[in-house]
Amino acid sequence: MEKFTSHTGIGVPLRRTNVDTDQIIPAEYLKRVTRSGFEDGLFAAWRNDESFVLNQPAYAAGSVLVAGPDFGTGSSREHAVWALQNYGFKAVLSPRFGDIFRGNAGKAGLLAAQVDEKVVQRLWDLVEQHPGTEVTVDLESRTVRAGEGPDAVEDSFDIDDYTRWRLLEGLDDIGITLSSEAAIEAFEKTRPAYRPRTIA
Amino acid sequence: MGRTLAEKLWDGHVVRSAEGEPDLLYIDLHLLHEVTSPQAFEGLRLAGRTVRRPDLTLATEDHNVPTIDQDKPIADLVSRTQVETLRRNAAEFGVRLHPLGDIEQGIVHIISPQLGLTQPGMTIVCGDSHTSTHGAFGALAFGIGTSEVEHVLATQTLPQARPKTMAVTVNGSLPAGVTAKDLVLTLITQAGTGGGQGYVVEYRGPAIEELSMEARMTVCNMSIEWGAKAGLIAPDQTTFDYLEGRAEAPKGAAWDEAVEAWQSLTTDDDAEYDAEIVLDASTMTPFVTWGTNPGQGVPLGGVVPSPEDFEERNDQVAAENALKYMGLEAGTPLRDIKVDTVFVGSCTNGRIEDLRLAAEIVQGRTVAPDTRLLVVPGSVRVRLQAEEEGLDVVFKEAGAEWRGAGCSMCLGMNPDQLAPGERSASTSNRNFEGRQGKGGRTHLVSVPVAAATAIRGTLSSPADLPPAPEKGV
Repeated sequence: MEKFTSHTGIGVPLRRTNVDTDQIIPAEYLKRVTRSGFEDGLFAAWRNDESFVLNQPAYAAGSVLVAGPDFGTGSSREHAVWALQNYGFKAVLSPRFGDIFRGNAGKAGLLAAQVDEKVVQRLWDLVEQHPGTEVTVDLESRTVRAGEGPDAVEDSFDIDDYTRWRLLEGLDDIGITLSSEAAIEAFEKTRPAYRPRTIA
Repeated sequence: MGRTLAEKLWDGHVVRSAEGEPDLLYIDLHLLHEVTSPQAFEGLRLAGRTVRRPDLTLATEDHNVPTIDQDKPIADLVSRTQVETLRRNAAEFGVRLHPLGDIEQGIVHIISPQLGLTQPGMTIVCGDSHTSTHGAFGALAFGIGTSEVEHVLATQTLPQARPKTMAVTVNGSLPAGVTAKDLVLTLITQAGTGGGQGYVVEYRGPAIEELSMEARMTVCNMSIEWGAKAGLIAPDQTTFDYLEGRAEAPKGAAWDEAVEAWQSLTTDDDAEYDAEIVLDASTMTPFVTWGTNPGQGVPLGGVVPSPEDFEERNDQVAAENALKYMGLEAGTPLRDIKVDTVFVGSCTNGRIEDLRLAAEIVQGRTVAPDTRLLVVPGSVRVRLQAEEEGLDVVFKEAGAEWRGAGCSMCLGMNPDQLAPGERSASTSNRNFEGRQGKGGRTHLVSVPVAAATAIRGTLSSPADLPPAPEKGV
């Protein structure tokens, strides 16, 4: 996984709450067996609407998505994270994320930054008034910055310490766990014999 | 201080814990299906890793599979490739697979309990958010993403931050005709789609204890729909009775040892939850959704709400969007809403008790002329059991379509989809935009409401139906 320290890119206002992963990528796009190419399914239904934010040239090259609360609820599909990444998004800001989505983002290297609802509102106003405005998400200092002058936004975001560390270091989770091999083996010896096995 | 059930399950599976790091949890059972596993196996292959415990892993084909012509090759080539990829991966890595055509094939969350693999006290994961279903047995069960699937395949463990605990205490008894589905839909509307976020929820109280094992699964299944990490119900005699004698349940002395251990899986009297919600089941009524998330619901006797009925601006906007998408006007009585397709099935309501309940209502009646009723058993075993009881005949005589097992129209990854603008009453779990087909409009309902709706053609409960012309068998 690539290291993530800070990213600056065009902010995309998604004025929606409860953006479930079926909206991020509908089921019909989940049939691939690779990890790439999912950008064609990103927000597929909404992209049929000409006025949808990603269909506006000023936002089409965006890489920082600013969404309302309960982003990434519903289905566990990691394809939702891949679709955002394959499109070019590096970070998503929301006041609240679906648990599984947030976990998936952390594993795949997409920054899911939890910000106050007021920050989302101010960022929406800012990037809508000035389309193309760049938003900086700095993982080192856990801050989000955008704009200049009186409309400028600067605030902190939340992300758990462990995910932050892994993203900053670009670490592979499986590699970390395999260093606990001895502990896993020791635990396995304590498992009750009545626990089921799928293969005799 | 005592511990909650969730804490006991958690503590019993910690392989390693360290300050400032998530706990490393051991996973007792890893369930796989074709959609969320291919990239995980590919990851293993690229890293030269193996499946650590194939004997704690089980795979099946459910999301993509057609529900007709199941003996023929899958017509959709992309779906077929995904299913064949799972077959190749299972063979290469030594994973037990129940493929299409196998008697144990079916929706992953239906076959594992049915086999007796889902047992109290276990940790169970699957690359599928409805893994919460297995919590009905007093197991800690939750959905994971594909990177985590790869992690569990390689290590049989998962790093996880310790969640908070919540009790949902349901007092009283559900009135006749009101089901576990109505209970959980009522809860989700009250708590909101994010209300359970960060919590392992334990459902408890008299109304929960009275539920059958299958109804308990319906409740736990929808835990994810209000954001909970997992849903749990403490195991009791109902649980043990369900499990005893199943193919993969412990036998003989091991059974006695297991039951003794399982009996300790309750929340201690002096344990404290981080939060609690208290509900009264006796006041509940058939409950349906009107909007595009599972928290947008009302009693069937109510009307479609108006955006102004909501206090928060975000909820108002969400309601406006939902009304537009659903093609509904505020103030319309729910019972006046005409439905094109009724879907009975899914990991929420695709078990034998669900099919019996639906059959009882359609028996001797006829599906409304402009309405289609699709009945999809959750597994091959459920289908065979239903056929043995003659339920398939009841459905077919009423004009319903009787299908093979799979996820089907719950998410429309196979050909069972709504057309744009088509409206469904569905016993499944999600009414998201386009979930059942592009432009499709979904109302989540209980099994009795689904069956009655199929007969009347508008959202209905069995109480709305005239008496059936003939007495049932």
